[in-house]
Amino acid sequence: MSEEKAKTEENQEEQEKEEKKEKPIPYMEEVPFFKDQEYIVLSNKGIDPESIEDYIANDGYVGAAKAILEMTDVEIIEEMKKSGLRGRGGAGFPTGMKWDFARQSVSDKKYALCNADEGDPGAFMDRSVLEGDPHAVLEGMIIAAKAIGSNEGYIYCRAEYPLAIKRLNIAISAAKEYGLLGQNILGTDFSFELSIYKGAGAFVCGEETALMHSIEGKRGMPRPRPPFPAHQGLWKKPSVLNNVETYANVSRIIRKGGDWYAGYGTDDTKGTKVFALTGTVNNIGLVEVPMGTTLRTIIFDIGGGIPNKRKFKGVQLGGPSGGCVPAQFLDTPVDFANVAKVGAIMGSGGMIVMDERTCMVDMARFFMDFIQDESCGKCTPCREGTKRMLEILERITQGEGKHGDIELLEELSEIIKDGALCGLGQTGPNPVLSTISRFRDEYEAHIYDKQCPSKTCPALLEFEVDPIKCKKCGLCAKGCPVDAVSWKKKEVAFIDKEKCIKCMTCISNCKFDAIF
Amino acid sequence: MAKITVADLSKIKDRVKKETSLTKDGYTVEVTAHLGTCGIASGGDKVYAALQEEIEKSGRKDIRIVISGCAGMCSSEPNVTIRRIGEDAVIYKDLNADKMREIFEGHILNGEIPKKYAMARIK
Repeated sequence: MSEEKAKTEENQEEQEKEEKKEKPIPYMEEVPFFKDQEYIVLSNKGIDPESIEDYIANDGYVGAAKAILEMTDVEIIEEMKKSGLRGRGGAGFPTGMKWDFARQSVSDKKYALCNADEGDPGAFMDRSVLEGDPHAVLEGMIIAAKAIGSNEGYIYCRAEYPLAIKRLNIAISAAKEYGLLGQNILGTDFSFELSIYKGAGAFVCGEETALMHSIEGKRGMPRPRPPFPAHQGLWKKPSVLNNVETYANVSRIIRKGGDWYAGYGTDDTKGTKVFALTGTVNNIGLVEVPMGTTLRTIIFDIGGGIPNKRKFKGVQLGGPSGGCVPAQFLDTPVDFANVAKVGAIMGSGGMIVMDERTCMVDMARFFMDFIQDESCGKCTPCREGTKRMLEILERITQGEGKHGDIELLEELSEIIKDGALCGLGQTGPNPVLSTISRFRDEYEAHIYDKQCPSKTCPALLEFEVDPIKCKKCGLCAKGCPVDAVSWKKKEVAFIDKEKCIKCMTCISNCKFDAIF
Repeated sequence: MAKITVADLSKIKDRVKKETSLTKDGYTVEVTAHLGTCGIASGGDKVYAALQEEIEKSGRKDIRIVISGCAGMCSSEPNVTIRRIGEDAVIYKDLNADKMREIFEGHILNGEIPKKYAMARIK
């Protein structure tokens, strides 16, 4: 770039900056990130989560009071059914129906449980809700307890969320002090004791039966169902387990009515959903939108699109249990049915955006690594199968893929899906299957051409500089930790392969895609 | 605190609204520090410390601080929201201790909003 040219560009930039300064600050409703969002679960953001009075001042515990004083268990469940709320943990089971099963179970003791064991890589919705509005979860649990006839409950929260646990503890003791938890709530004969159980962070403990084993002090392993927890759950007593976001919806539904809630969303799925939007997208954060909003709106309008002028490649929905949705399905409206149609799952709300520089084989390998690491080892298909799948995927990304690997992966996937005991194994192969079906060409390039089209797998890269694409800027040399890149002003860079440790720094530094 | 009844809920609501709303004789400025794990991880605690320091230095007793959770847009953190009595609130983004001090002097003490750090206005 000539110096003059650089100067004019600089001037332009200055001018643009000046113009920006002159514009008034936009209102929240005008900022693209916030404009298309609809807040129900996150409606209390900005309040003091450590002050119960702040929560009450925002109509907190009105729903619980209504449920305890004015409604019968059947009426609460009817209202929940009317709202159409489906469990936000991933499976989407109708909450009202779940509660009804537990209500109808006859027992001296029942439990209301909250699943705060958020473990999907890239998901942080539940943590934010617990940290920002813990009383909403408590209130939802109180209502659930009243509906099913429970007087004791646990919040199963991972120990990796210390701030969430701290704020939950503060919330629980404040609620007890105010008589909103504990014995004779609001002066009635309804009592509900609530405590936190800290999980050690095993992914499988998000599975309901494993979670209950863990609270019982046993090793966190799932068991076959039936019996379902609504009949035999924690300590073999009828139990209801809902996710954090589900409970955060409940208090609002009871306060404002099921019909109000059913006014949001689609025929298939009512209400809103909180997504943790992350990955290669400009605006990373928590996004709450009505069900039925398209992926395009979420990623490009709210998320602001892909940085560095790169192209969108796919979005992983549902974490390690989900699937990758490619660009041609960006106009899919997000609800349980439509997401399933394009080969992914809603999951708990993790939404990882990937650009053209993400290798799909490597992404599948990452999730399989996670799954095989988190497999509890109880059933053979999951314990052995995921390990073998990981080995094959590692071999492919190392450039040692063989003819027949893709077919073998597909076969193994089907066996694990059919044979595994719990959801972890049954859904674990999904990222592999969905990337094979959408991006089979990438697998083939790795196996047959020994190439990684997205330039992600170090073993398949040459670490050479393309003299035509190279703009001689020297960014590659500046980043190299072992001085393997030699570069002089106005000269094409050169990489010494003897010294190179294939750390990928030069490739990620290069803005012109010149290193291959 | 004695155990409450349902009538107390609306009493608490009214009282808290009264106590925390900005009035001429009470608080005139409310600063919300968005300190979820995400905010703290991006340096929000240092921003908060700078804010406390500045408030102490100024000797102002009419500034109310609220520590809240995540504001939603993690990539713009640390965030702080400032509302002066009778004005729109402004949420600031990508803060650090120095920017916080500049905003404190500009917005809170002199009523001049440093627009370059502002993300949005809230009615």
